[in-house]
Amino acid sequence: MAVQETAVARVAAAGAATPRTPGRGRRGDRWTPWLYLAPALVVLGGLLVYPIYQLGLISFLEYTQAQVSGGEPTSFRGFGNYTELLGDGRFWQVLLATVLFAAACVVSTLVVGCALAVLLTRVRALPRLALMMAALGAWATPAVTGSTVWLLLFDPDFGPVNRVLGLGDHSWTYGRLSAFFLVLLEVVWCSFPFVMVTVYAGIRAVPSEVLEAASLDGASQWRIWHSVLAPMLRPILVIVTIQSVIWDFKVFTQIYVMTGGGGIAGQNLVLNVYAYQEAFASSQYSLGSAIGVVMLLILLAVTLVYLRLLRRQGEEL
Amino acid sequence: MNLVRRNRPRGLVRRPWRLAAEVSALLIAAVVAFPLYWMVLSAFKPAGEIESTRPRPWTLAPSLDSFRRVFGQQEFGRYFVNSLVVACTVVIVSALIAFLAATAVTRFRFRFRTTLLIMFLVAQMVPVEALTIPLFFLMRDFGQLNTLGSLILPHIAFSLPFAIWMLRGFVKAVPESLEEAAYIDGASRARFLWQILFPLVFPGLVATSVFSFISAWNDFLFAKSFIISDTSQSTLPMALLVFYKPDEPDWGGVMAASTVMTIPVLIFFVLVQRRLVSGLGGAVKD
Repeated sequence: MAVQETAVARVAAAGAATPRTPGRGRRGDRWTPWLYLAPALVVLGGLLVYPIYQLGLISFLEYTQAQVSGGEPTSFRGFGNYTELLGDGRFWQVLLATVLFAAACVVSTLVVGCALAVLLTRVRALPRLALMMAALGAWATPAVTGSTVWLLLFDPDFGPVNRVLGLGDHSWTYGRLSAFFLVLLEVVWCSFPFVMVTVYAGIRAVPSEVLEAASLDGASQWRIWHSVLAPMLRPILVIVTIQSVIWDFKVFTQIYVMTGGGGIAGQNLVLNVYAYQEAFASSQYSLGSAIGVVMLLILLAVTLVYLRLLRRQGEEL
Repeated sequence: MNLVRRNRPRGLVRRPWRLAAEVSALLIAAVVAFPLYWMVLSAFKPAGEIESTRPRPWTLAPSLDSFRRVFGQQEFGRYFVNSLVVACTVVIVSALIAFLAATAVTRFRFRFRTTLLIMFLVAQMVPVEALTIPLFFLMRDFGQLNTLGSLILPHIAFSLPFAIWMLRGFVKAVPESLEEAAYIDGASRARFLWQILFPLVFPGLVATSVFSFISAWNDFLFAKSFIISDTSQSTLPMALLVFYKPDEPDWGGVMAASTVMTIPVLIFFVLVQRRLVSGLGGAVKD
């Protein structure tokens, strides 16, 4: 700390020092940024880029237990895995379920998160602290833990929810929709805090004069939100939306634990769990990889939309 | 200062509304906290009570039986240490690497800088779970299966892009004149980096570390896929599932293990809470 304080003091003292852009004219500057970047690039290259390449490669091969153990030579299948996958009615069913489930999760998370962020700005310190702490608790709960706790809450025999709602021994995980609904509740519970805290931090950064001026001009609460806050919060809203899309599209743990690996007869499978089951349970590594490639492409498309949004906002990279 | 940054705009809300808002905030807080309350409660319920078909929201005879069963289970303590080692290594290593990279992309102008930034952004979107299969073969080829390394390495890689992206704002916020002054005073680049920039960016590193800690501590898929034969190298999520058999779950054990697993993260969150809120604000304001 002392170092930086003296440095600040000296900046003030040496106010007349010639301004010079760092990174220009200093010896060794050409290589310094790459030196700083080297560890990140090595790690990302080895553990992200190379595996992506491998994923694509395996998806074009015949790769099952026989090839992995070396019993049979690997052979090139071209688009064989993809035609097999796309020709399978099951894949389309899982894809549709994944998209709908992720969309429901994202919308619910955003609505709950934003509503509670606005609520946080309207209350005094004590209720705000209570809500903030509860939300941080939900956020901190590991996915496996949260999954089992929600299962107990909704357990047909021992759970409090059925008692309170008077549902008798209704099983939530038995039906397809109710099982998805239960997982959705858990996902929203553990992911709304990120949205709430981020949006709350964003609202606090909006100068209160702006809001006061709006309310003096007679704007309604809805109008203030719609015409003043929302536009100022747009960058934040874009970030939390995209993050939620990414997280909710690849939910694994909650589905796997709460529906016992994809539900009765696979009725609650999503792409991620489906790929895992194909690869590690059925040793169909190449089919699992093809599913992985499909997921990658979908999220890449989302990314491109995100990039365009950022660009349109004039965000400087 | 007070004028610019007042927490809530006064005069916007009339009194009865404020009261209603506060009551609902407290109610919602109770609902959100309820699963955690039920988890801890169930962990302390004595054996017979948790299997009661008329569950009570309190217990008259709190017992440590479930915790004894959990810690009596072979190697549970070891799983706990393994999880801590994985999460802490990921947090520290990725924070250091991300700090260097964020410095490079914010404080230098060089060719391919924008390209790199876009690549980091795109890398954030990669569904890491989809890479389980190639990573499995990669870890096998490097003899890393059944080691903690197979959990640490991928999580470092996956938390990096987000960490770099988030830290960018913090590094940018440090005035360039500070760097000038340091050099004028004869500081070397390394000295500036570690003794001046690093402490200034530290709050941002804390906020970032929340995300890497959570992703590593939560990891279930990699532990399930990469730790296949040597269970002494396993982590807490797998230990938890020892008690959770879909047909006959030991709810007391599951809830006790869940409580033990959640507490370190809760402590971590409480410690960094303030930094987290200001960090997220700082990162998104940018």
